[in-house]
Amino acid sequence: MAIEVRIPTILRSYTGGAKVVEGSGDSINDLLSDLDGKYSGLRGRLVTDQGALHRFVNVYVNDEDVRFLGALDAKLNDGDTVTILPAVAGGAFGFAAAAAIFGHSASAAVVSGPGTSVPAASAAR
Amino acid sequence: MLSIDRSIVEAIVAHARRDHPDEACGVVAGPAGADTPTRHIPMVNSARSMTFYEFDSMEQLRVWREMDDRDEEPVVIYHSHTATEAYPSRTDISFAGEPGAHYLLVSTRDPETEEIRSFRIVDGVVTEEPVRVVDATVDPNAVQSYMFGQSPATVDYECSGR
Repeated sequence: MAIEVRIPTILRSYTGGAKVVEGSGDSINDLLSDLDGKYSGLRGRLVTDQGALHRFVNVYVNDEDVRFLGALDAKLNDGDTVTILPAVAGGAFGFAAAAAIFGHSASAAVVSGPGTSVPAASAAR
Repeated sequence: MLSIDRSIVEAIVAHARRDHPDEACGVVAGPAGADTPTRHIPMVNSARSMTFYEFDSMEQLRVWREMDDRDEEPVVIYHSHTATEAYPSRTDISFAGEPGAHYLLVSTRDPETEEIRSFRIVDGVVTEEPVRVVDATVDPNAVQSYMFGQSPATVDYECSGR
């Protein structure tokens, strides 16, 4: 089954610059594993070490935010379109305080990249 | 250097003033590759906070799709700081996910004066850039009348240095 996946600018380094790629899987989790086989490292930018979707990545199935569809367990059907967007967030508040209050676990991974630890955020959860 | 139309800057400042003391946020879209912001899109701050902003995920999807359909990109991503200077916080730097965008910050801490500064944020590195406010780039066919003593057509805000 073919799923069209729309890749944001910041992650196109993993897809050789491709804006749209194709993957397969019955759930978001399966799809991301499938994509990681072709575009190594991509999954790590979207999923935490604990196996949850990063707080500051938005993933949509067609017109729905997957947070309302079971997150990584969200079911996929042939012909679905998955869109990935980096959340747009920030503000004057200190990062540690924001992480503690909003519970943003390891949220900066999408921008800081794999291997960068975010102690304040990790500690918050 | 960010070149941006005066009317857009005024709309952004008005948005920031309106939402003060909460942080305001939004996008200015422009034709892909042109580096020219032309379409101001105020966004909802779903955090509704004085110290934090976050785009609503569903509104963001709609706006990003619309930009895609129109062959546009987010040329400017802006937000306000309502009690501190217009300089990216550690939070701003951590979350900056659009390497091609100009990150415009407006501080509304002073009710009388505007503080507008622009930055590139790529891989956690912040680089300030000058902001050039220009007149009538949005509609080049607009009829303008000129008078002596009128304010100049462009205003350059140099980097404040830091």
